[in-house]
Amino acid sequence: MKIVVCLNHVPDTATKVNVAIDGKSIDKTGVNYIISPYDEFAVEEALRLKEKHGGEVIGISLGGDSHKETLRKALAMGIDRAILLKDDGVRDSFSVARALADATKEISPDLVFFGKQSIDYDNAAVGGMVAEMLGWPSVSVVVKLEISDGKVSAEREIEGGHEKVETKLPCIIMAQKGLNEPRYPSLKGIMQAKSKPIEERQPTPAQNKSEVLSMRKPPAKSAGKIIGADASAVPELVRLLHEEAKVI
Amino acid sequence: MKILVIAEQRENKFKKPSFEAAKAAKDLAGQSGAEVVGLVIGENVRSIAPELGRFGVSRVITVENPKLGQYSTTAYAKVAAEVAKKEQAEIILLPATAMGKDLAPRLAVKLDAGLAVDCIALKVDEGAIIATRPVYAGKALVDVKITSQVKIFSLRPNVFTAGSSDGTTATVEPFDVPLSDADFSAKVTGITQSTGKLDVAEADIIVSGGRGLKGPENFAMIEELAQALGAAVGASRAVVDAGWRPHDEQVGQTGKTVSPSLYIAVAISGAVQHLAGMSSSKYIVAINKDKEAPIFQVADYGIAGDAFEIVPALTQEVKKLKGK
Ligand SMILES: Cc1cc2nc3c(=O)[nH]c(=O)nc-3n(C[C@H](O)[C@H](O)[C@H](O)COP(=O)(O)OP(=O)(O)OC[C@H]3O[C@@H](n4cnc5c(N)ncnc54)[C@H](O)[C@@H]3O)c2cc1C
Ligand SMILES: Nc1ncnc2c1ncn2[C@@H]1O[C@H](COP(=O)(O)O)[C@@H](O)[C@H]1O
Repeated sequence: MKIVVCLNHVPDTATKVNVAIDGKSIDKTGVNYIISPYDEFAVEEALRLKEKHGGEVIGISLGGDSHKETLRKALAMGIDRAILLKDDGVRDSFSVARALADATKEISPDLVFFGKQSIDYDNAAVGGMVAEMLGWPSVSVVVKLEISDGKVSAEREIEGGHEKVETKLPCIIMAQKGLNEPRYPSLKGIMQAKSKPIEERQPTPAQNKSEVLSMRKPPAKSAGKIIGADASAVPELVRLLHEEAKVI
Repeated sequence: MKILVIAEQRENKFKKPSFEAAKAAKDLAGQSGAEVVGLVIGENVRSIAPELGRFGVSRVITVENPKLGQYSTTAYAKVAAEVAKKEQAEIILLPATAMGKDLAPRLAVKLDAGLAVDCIALKVDEGAIIATRPVYAGKALVDVKITSQVKIFSLRPNVFTAGSSDGTTATVEPFDVPLSDADFSAKVTGITQSTGKLDVAEADIIVSGGRGLKGPENFAMIEELAQALGAAVGASRAVVDAGWRPHDEQVGQTGKTVSPSLYIAVAISGAVQHLAGMSSSKYIVAINKDKEAPIFQVADYGIAGDAFEIVPALTQEVKKLKGK
């Protein structure tokens, strides 16, 4: 089985966000970057399928040279090949999806994994867009996956439950937490990843359909009042919620 | 100009975010003079369609087919795109629910449209729609403009107010979109419902518990408080990772982002990743025995004490209030 995994490189979850001087992006000083957490579930699932069915796992990331770090991490986890679609410009989901769809077409895999969403812009859009561009079925927010004889059964999270979805290869799967427990790269894996080449390719030029005009921090929530230190404060709390906040 | 609202129904009942989207469309129309058209897709939805009129939709198109009784990403996208083209809709609004989030990216490609997801505000500025949406799990907000002819906005549930219905009903126009088996290349074959459980993403009130509760058995008191309030139960990642609670209850950067009117955090410290998922709640209550816990920084009201004593007392007091 030939499997592609699409990987994004994003600020880690502990990042304190400050707005850069351009007024529309984050200030990158001191920010630590990681592989987007949902993409780790995607890599893990791809590796498990390869271990079971044989084949090859190819990681693709679109972005600047810094994205090589994320590709190296995936190589260290065990993917076979890594491709950087090198691009330093600003792209919206549509432009990212177009480039990934075109790169995927050339590889013609059986299966493409995405994360549920990138944890920078939280779009949860690229996977579904690529699926539509390729004309393939897709399942998003996947927490369970079984594949045999080209048949795919997956479970996706919805409000208050799970949907069981049936489809066929080739298809697109977007990984949610709960799908698996991603492995840590072994020392051997880390050493080997250092010597594996990362192939650079030219992505399809960007054709954005949306534009970020400005970025700001949300209005800071001011700390409220501590109304007590034990159960005797409970009646006052309920009164405030009922009469002042009017939420109960 | 037309605004198309894609309403979500499950088992022939509209989901509340559908009304929120309808009302948001009406407000946009008021600013730009557009007509608001609704779309309902399903097996047998004609009878519920007029209800959308009460929230500002003048005309509702229904696409019915026994095979559309369950969601299919491929078939629903095709239907929505056909209707959008037929109506020449330039603006499409839909709720950013599990279904809407799955549908919107496909629809964007079919209509060659730009997409802004999970919007929390829409305004018209010199004829252009400016959408505000949270990024970095709510640590920042961006204003986004879509530059393509057709524009799609998905709206975060619980943020736009549907208001109360004004009694008018919409006219209903059935429309047929021929569908073949190939259009159902991915289809839902069943739904497992967590028995009657209210989901944090949909709840108006959430009571969340953290590691300070010491063990899964102590969530009984969280469940009792939630029940008294008609609330959903949420959890921090620490308790989900420990296996005390299921993942679908996790609130935060790698769980669900929620904006209920009331969020009660019990024995949760308030790590940045947790705050990211819930700090846009309208009111936040913190119960934590450490008065220095960061959760108090975002709480409107706090009790700095022992949850094991405070939570049962709170449940009693809420029951007393509701009993009146
Ligand atoms: C990549 C990444 C993603 C993450 N994503 C998320 C996420 O989505 N959601 C999330 O929640 N976390 C997330 N985290 C984890 C986060 O950093 C914290 O570890 C976690 O939120 C802590 O959970 P907690 O508040 O329940 O536990 P703790 O931090 O251990 O806090 C327990 C609290 O309980 C209080 N307490 C103890 N006993 C009592 C008592 N008897 N009465 C009252 N209070 C009491 C203590 O004072 C303390 O404040 C993520 C971390 C990483 C690295
Ligand atoms: N620049 C990128 N390079 C490769 N894959 C990406 C990139 N951006 C997003 N993706 C993939 O698309 C998924 C959804 O991202 P998004 O739509 O940005 O939330 C991510 O989890 C990745 O799998």
